[in-house]
Amino acid sequence: MRREKAPPLIALLAAIGAAFFVVPLIGLMVRTPWADAAGSLASADTLDALRLSLIASLAATAVALVFGVPLAWIYARVEFPGRSVLRALTTLPMVLPPVVGGIALLLAFGRRGLLGGWLYDTFGITFPFTTAGVVMAETFVAMPFLVLTVEAGLRSMDRRFEDAARTLGASRWTVFSRVTMPLIAPSLLAGAVLCWARALGEFGATITFAGNFPGVTQTMPLAVYLLLNSTNTESSYVLSLVLLLVSLVVLVALRHRWLGSA
Amino acid sequence: MKLGIVTFCALIVAACGSAGPVGSPSPGAAGGTVDVFAAASLTDAFKAEGQAFQQGHAGISIQLNFAGTPTLVTQIEQGAPADVFASADTANMERLKSDGFTGESPSTFAHNQLEIVVAAGNPKNITSLADLARPGVIYITEGSTVPAGKYSLQALQKAGVTVTPKSEETDVKSVISKIELGEADAGIVYTTDVKAAGAKVAGVQIPEQYNVVATYPIVVVKGSKESDAANAFIAFVLSSSGQAILATFGFQPA
Repeated sequence: MRREKAPPLIALLAAIGAAFFVVPLIGLMVRTPWADAAGSLASADTLDALRLSLIASLAATAVALVFGVPLAWIYARVEFPGRSVLRALTTLPMVLPPVVGGIALLLAFGRRGLLGGWLYDTFGITFPFTTAGVVMAETFVAMPFLVLTVEAGLRSMDRRFEDAARTLGASRWTVFSRVTMPLIAPSLLAGAVLCWARALGEFGATITFAGNFPGVTQTMPLAVYLLLNSTNTESSYVLSLVLLLVSLVVLVALRHRWLGSA
Repeated sequence: MKLGIVTFCALIVAACGSAGPVGSPSPGAAGGTVDVFAAASLTDAFKAEGQAFQQGHAGISIQLNFAGTPTLVTQIEQGAPADVFASADTANMERLKSDGFTGESPSTFAHNQLEIVVAAGNPKNITSLADLARPGVIYITEGSTVPAGKYSLQALQKAGVTVTPKSEETDVKSVISKIELGEADAGIVYTTDVKAAGAKVAGVQIPEQYNVVATYPIVVVKGSKESDAANAFIAFVLSSSGQAILATFGFQPA
């Protein structure tokens, strides 16, 4: 790339743009009570929230992989009427306010919901106020990131490898599992990490659909929000910082390890 | 490279999507706009107070911001432009006062009591606080930092009932909506909330000896740029016409 000096106006506007993101992070770090940080992190409620967040976000990522990869494959390879509409619908949660997602989930899977009503009456299964509900809310919001990333990977891969495998007599499933999947491994990994990070930060759909109870549905973002409204505001800064560091590590790793430095 | 672009866009969207519901109060416009930060349980009553006040005070406009009381305290302490703070308990008012954010001393403008809220028709046949602990009854409450949550716990303790809630919601309105939707069977909220929710839910009275009286104090926030108008609004709420409005929503007089 040719090196260039930025015109002063562009440099100034870019600096303001960057400061807008950097200053809040500095604000958080300055106000974090570092001396009590260990104590805040070690409290039972915090550890519960941390544990639950890890479990739920990993579970959501697993669910997203199981159902999202096939969905991405269909979007990338199969022509069918209404494909673009369906793709738009299934990626809607990327731009939808998560609270709206939570309400929609309640109306579909709640005790009196479209499907949830039948599940409750027939099997006695309910999702709100359960960890399963948290996983559903997180999957709803995070899976589209995986689907889009994997679809892009499938579209940009060299399909001649698949053709070669087919001419050598491999079945369609063998081609998918032994050729296609390894070839798009970087997109798979990037999509999964992105999906996991989004699930980890999920707030709106979770509190709306799954409620808030320590150890069962109270994930880290919920704990941060509730601590902010308590007398123990400083603890919420510490937890915020933890979430922030995790997100930062994910972003940096994604950019350098799996996407190459652009 | 295509993957890079798609992923990058996705990252941006991801970053945007994770905002919490912390209400961003609109900036107080100069000249005659009073920003009133009021507890969620005051939603309907203060909308009516605001309208009635503006009719008698041309040129002053009342801007209302409702949330759980502790959320409001946090917002004010982080510099939200509030002129008036109406709290659902004295503890949060004390917190704001001891942190130096109140002008004069607060005045009590209303009282409220607790009631059990259940779905319309009371399908689980809940008649007492003890019924909340019955197996098969999904009880939800407000978080213990929210006044209603704290009072609910006090009422349950007075009645000697131990019950583990399924969820600790952020304010009374979320408790009511989850019961309306049928996700939960019962919760404890203010009498006024049951009244405001209308026919979608029903109330079950809590006997006097277990009930808790909630005291609502109101104050002008220190540093208010509209302190005259703010004081006028508080005076109106405390006046007989202001009290009459509160009474129509089920609040008890100061």
